[in-house]
Amino acid sequence: MLRDTWLVFRRHMAISLRNPAWVLIGIMQPLLYLLLFGPLMEKIVSSTPGFPPGDSWQILAPALLVQLGLFGSMFAGFALLGDLRNGVVERLRVTPVSRLALLLGRVLHDTVQLLVQALLLLLVAYLVFGMRAPVAGVLLCLIMVMLLAVTLSSASYAMALLVRSEEAFPALLTTISVPLLLLTGILIPITTDLAPRWLYVLSRINPFAHVMDAERASFRGDFSVDGLLTGSVVLLVITVLAVWWGARTFQKENA
Amino acid sequence: MIEARGLARTFRSRGRSVEAVRGVDLDVHAGELVGFLGPNGAGKTTTLRMLTTLLRPTAGTATVGGADLLADPVGVRKKIGYVAQGGGTAPECRVIEEIEIQGRFYGLSKADAVRRGAELSEQLDIAGLEQRLVRTLSGGQKRRLDIALGLIHSPGLVFLDEPTTGLDPQSRANLWEHIRSLRAEHGVTVFLTTHYLEEADSLCDRILVIDNGEIVAEGTPDDLKAQVSGDGITVDVPAESVGDAAEVAARLPGATDVTTVENTVRFRVPRGDTALPELLRALDGKGIPLTSLQVQRPSLDDVFLSMTGRTLRDAETPGEGSDVA
Repeated sequence: MLRDTWLVFRRHMAISLRNPAWVLIGIMQPLLYLLLFGPLMEKIVSSTPGFPPGDSWQILAPALLVQLGLFGSMFAGFALLGDLRNGVVERLRVTPVSRLALLLGRVLHDTVQLLVQALLLLLVAYLVFGMRAPVAGVLLCLIMVMLLAVTLSSASYAMALLVRSEEAFPALLTTISVPLLLLTGILIPITTDLAPRWLYVLSRINPFAHVMDAERASFRGDFSVDGLLTGSVVLLVITVLAVWWGARTFQKENA
Repeated sequence: MIEARGLARTFRSRGRSVEAVRGVDLDVHAGELVGFLGPNGAGKTTTLRMLTTLLRPTAGTATVGGADLLADPVGVRKKIGYVAQGGGTAPECRVIEEIEIQGRFYGLSKADAVRRGAELSEQLDIAGLEQRLVRTLSGGQKRRLDIALGLIHSPGLVFLDEPTTGLDPQSRANLWEHIRSLRAEHGVTVFLTTHYLEEADSLCDRILVIDNGEIVAEGTPDDLKAQVSGDGITVDVPAESVGDAAEVAARLPGATDVTTVENTVRFRVPRGDTALPELLRALDGKGIPLTSLQVQRPSLDDVFLSMTGRTLRDAETPGEGSDVA
């Protein structure tokens, strides 16, 4: 199983390394937010009451990492649909390779890819915009980003196998990921002071909002139970659920 | 090599259930080259996908390559090679990457996979393409790569789904040669599906004809042709002797379907080669001069027509549905 996972991982890494442009295209959107929206936020954060503690970059950077996941890893299933169309999935499924390895190898690749993108984004934020954050906090945040990648790409593969349409899939993903992203409070945190009651309640139902809170807390160096516990637990739970869902879908015949 | 009993698959879609395959029994022995012939939508691909562990039968049992299909699918996978209809290579991969990963999934070491890949590339005339991206290969090269991948672990049994569909006539003839030599030189058992009559005819030892999810005929190409329709004989005589000639023909043992058009008499006999001398003697005895004489071995299309009442080409008209994937 581990050997097979490694082989699948290497296969997809080789493809990605041949076309590194995709990694860059993937971070274009968050980079643009950083560049064209970030500076706007500086004043607003300092003059508007209700924002969580931390400066504007400490609020924006972790949010962009979540965005990277929701718009990057979430679309991982798209590559699977291509492989399905080309018959690659079927060819590999006739070999004795473990079904779980076919999923985990891909997920591992997506996780590494998101990690590289996250590092690049943070590097730009650090060098160009003078973002400062405690190293331990950034590291913890990156671990959360990796778990987020595992969750989102597993779920994406499961959905791709259920939808099985290269036309319908992106439409479905956008329908899901835009509200999920907005309800994490990506640009302006959804706090009790800033948001109307219903919007705040809605955001609390969104698991990614809790993950976002935990990432922001760790980014500003707040390692308190209050700041991290809920988000971490939620993240672990959704990771387990998503991998289980993906694995079950991959095990099924005809997948 | 393959022993299937009552293999069936029903698909359910939108509350309706479609019986794609209804109780197929089939036996394929070691070293045979067996063709599975039928129009698109007849259930060929569904049967193949069941036999290769891709699809779980809704009923029936099978042993494939010595392993039980239902109880030990992994055992089956280790024994067989499968080349799907549309192939299964990723355009963005290098040829060598595909060869290596395929071999390693079958448990070969990297070195063994590469060595075996080189051997097969040589045999299938795709040597020297290792570093190319799959998307840059021609249709024929890609097809042969698909086959090389299916053979990487030297399986004793290979399933080829429509191996020559979409190839130009030259690549097709070339691939037929490769398939023949697989069996001749390596003793590989080959089970292939096709909807090309000439392919089944020229390639296979034995043919199973499937229509509407059921096997409707089985035998060697010659058996099938003989059993079903016999040979067609066309005799041209002077117009005034047509009636007499038709009478002579009708009296031949086993003659059927005697028809006359202007100065031509057509009829069928079980075996054209033995009927001819008799026909010639009888016509001679009546003093009927002969202007031309033809014997047509029946085609598999005739076989299909007599089994199902449709020609294979009719059966493919839209509305019959495409192969249930």
